[in-house]
Amino acid sequence: MSDVLRIENLEKRYEDSIVLDDINITVKKGEVVVIVGPSGCGKSTLLRCLNGLEKIQEGSVVLEDQIVNPVSKNQEKVREKIGMVFQTYDLFPHMTILQNVMLAPLKVKKRNKQDVQTEALELLDRVGLLSKKDKYPRQLSGGQKQRVAIVRALIMHPEVLLLDEITAALDPEMVREVLDVVLSLAKEGRTMVIVTHEMQFAKAVADRVIFLDGGKIIEEGSSKEIFEHPKTDRLKTFLKSFTYDEQ
Amino acid sequence: MGFEVLLKGNNFLRLLLGLGVSLRISVISVLISILAGIFLGILMSTDKPVIKLFSKIYLEVVRIMPQMVLLFIVFFGATRILGINISAELSAIIVFSFWGTAEMADLVRGALQSIPITQYESSKALGLNQTQTFVYIIIPQIVRRLIPLSINLITRMIKTTSLVMMIGIVEVLKVGQQIIEANRKVSPNAAFGVFATVFLLYFLACWPISLLSKKLEKKWEI
Amino acid sequence: MNTNVIFTYLPEYTEAFVLTIRIAWLGIAIAFGVGIISAFVLYFKIPTLSAIVKIYIELFRNTPLLVQLFFIYFGLPRIGINISAETCGIFGLGLLGGAYMAESIRSGLDTVSESQIKSASALGMTRLQIFRFVIFPQAVSVSIPALLANVIFLLKETSVFSAISLMDLMFTAKDLIGLYYNTVECLLLLVVFYCLMLLPVSIIGGYVEKKVRFGMFGV
Repeated sequence: MSDVLRIENLEKRYEDSIVLDDINITVKKGEVVVIVGPSGCGKSTLLRCLNGLEKIQEGSVVLEDQIVNPVSKNQEKVREKIGMVFQTYDLFPHMTILQNVMLAPLKVKKRNKQDVQTEALELLDRVGLLSKKDKYPRQLSGGQKQRVAIVRALIMHPEVLLLDEITAALDPEMVREVLDVVLSLAKEGRTMVIVTHEMQFAKAVADRVIFLDGGKIIEEGSSKEIFEHPKTDRLKTFLKSFTYDEQ
Repeated sequence: MGFEVLLKGNNFLRLLLGLGVSLRISVISVLISILAGIFLGILMSTDKPVIKLFSKIYLEVVRIMPQMVLLFIVFFGATRILGINISAELSAIIVFSFWGTAEMADLVRGALQSIPITQYESSKALGLNQTQTFVYIIIPQIVRRLIPLSINLITRMIKTTSLVMMIGIVEVLKVGQQIIEANRKVSPNAAFGVFATVFLLYFLACWPISLLSKKLEKKWEI
Repeated sequence: MNTNVIFTYLPEYTEAFVLTIRIAWLGIAIAFGVGIISAFVLYFKIPTLSAIVKIYIELFRNTPLLVQLFFIYFGLPRIGINISAETCGIFGLGLLGGAYMAESIRSGLDTVSESQIKSASALGMTRLQIFRFVIFPQAVSVSIPALLANVIFLLKETSVFSAISLMDLMFTAKDLIGLYYNTVECLLLLVVFYCLMLLPVSIIGGYVEKKVRFGMFGV
């Protein structure tokens, strides 16, 4: 399989403190990479570096043969190939669901309106939200909004999809409906980089898991290696915090 | 009760024309305020210290100085200090625009700041460039927030124009006084009827606009 | 500029200042009273009274104080209601302010959540007790910035009192300009005295707004 996304020697600093230190990750086509780690470990920041929302100080992020970071002038061209879904959905409140989904393909890709609409409706149908197409974001539940946000990213046909804690702001009963959508995307072979704190989900969806702590990659491996045979103490401690076994 | 004077001759028409003067001053001042306010508001959302200091002083002056005082300063002050003769109506428009621009600029700045940073980010993440982000995402949201508030500014402007009689502009209140004076002998109670009517006229001018502003605010609530 | 003139005028301005302040604060006190009562009536949807309060609020929010004062001061005596200029100023400001205060308190009341009311009634409190101890204090703290903005607005509105021949700051300034033509000095004193009246409230307002804003986010 070919490499889609290459992160080399990435370093991110805020003033004097180092947030991400010498990160090297290669994501292959069709691979699902899940990044886990304690809060504040830099995993969301890392994800934001991958599409250039955050500037980096050292190293590079390359998508196929285009440089994403350090950020260049013609950033939009690269960005449309990297879809991103945020924790807080961030649908555009003044547009209907359908308008939210259709905006970018129409304005960025300048595609034909009829085609876009057909595809948008198909995608909405696939996530079970066709009936909501003319509603406004405020009329939807969190889980529904997040599914729309995924569709909004998918319709741009991204090479890579970045998912940043997409279930963190949801009520527990809505987490499932969103994760099911992500699982089905994984099955059809989409390349994804996922940041999450849902360990069961990470286990189910990941081809590869990266454990990040203190801005550094501490361990990396298949989901079996990481969850069942953790090598470092830091990972062991981290994984323990998700169980209720007596110590 | 004094309402009958209004039926005499063209008295009622004169009153309406007086209201027209107030409305004309309001409309001109509001238009200037909105345009200048949008410009200044955008300027104020940048982080330039000089602009920040200037806008802080400007807003504070407008916040604490009664429009009446500003009217006096421009109307009496300009003539005596600068030696320029500014007509009462122009003084009024200058003062109300000065005041309205500050209010509008503050509203624009508030609206700009109320758009969460994540709206910019998710737009960027979809590949929209800076211009597209502003045209499709940010400006429509700001406009929705601003329209009800600027409509509200219109009613406040109309109410404030009642002050212009104090610098000698013949508007609805002044016309009312003139009618009362002229009919002192025949209708001694004219003051009640005429001022009640002026009261009602102002209400009828402002109330529908207030309702519209409230309705739009509800409709576009996010 | 003639500094001597300023000192000569100082006593007259001071007298006018005291009068303006007295009317302003009495009016504002009435405005708070009227506002609280009106908000209470609206909140409990007391029949007929709340209709009257609604009409009152709309009428006074959508007309200028100057017109209200003219009606009260020149109009009402014609149907046998005579009031002195000072009383007229106080009540005019009180009624105008009451309408604004009512709206501010009411929107504060709306922000108190249903669950607060439910949990208070689960504790066995009566409707009045809930209003007095749970809803009202929360609503007021939310409304404080709006209420202070109203106070500033009302203090500024006092500048129209000269129209009903109250010898306030504006009246004094206009009078002295007309008599002696010391325009610059008179206007300067006018600005200085209005600053004296409004700056403290504005500064307190800015400070309180910051406090309340942080308070709401629990920082």
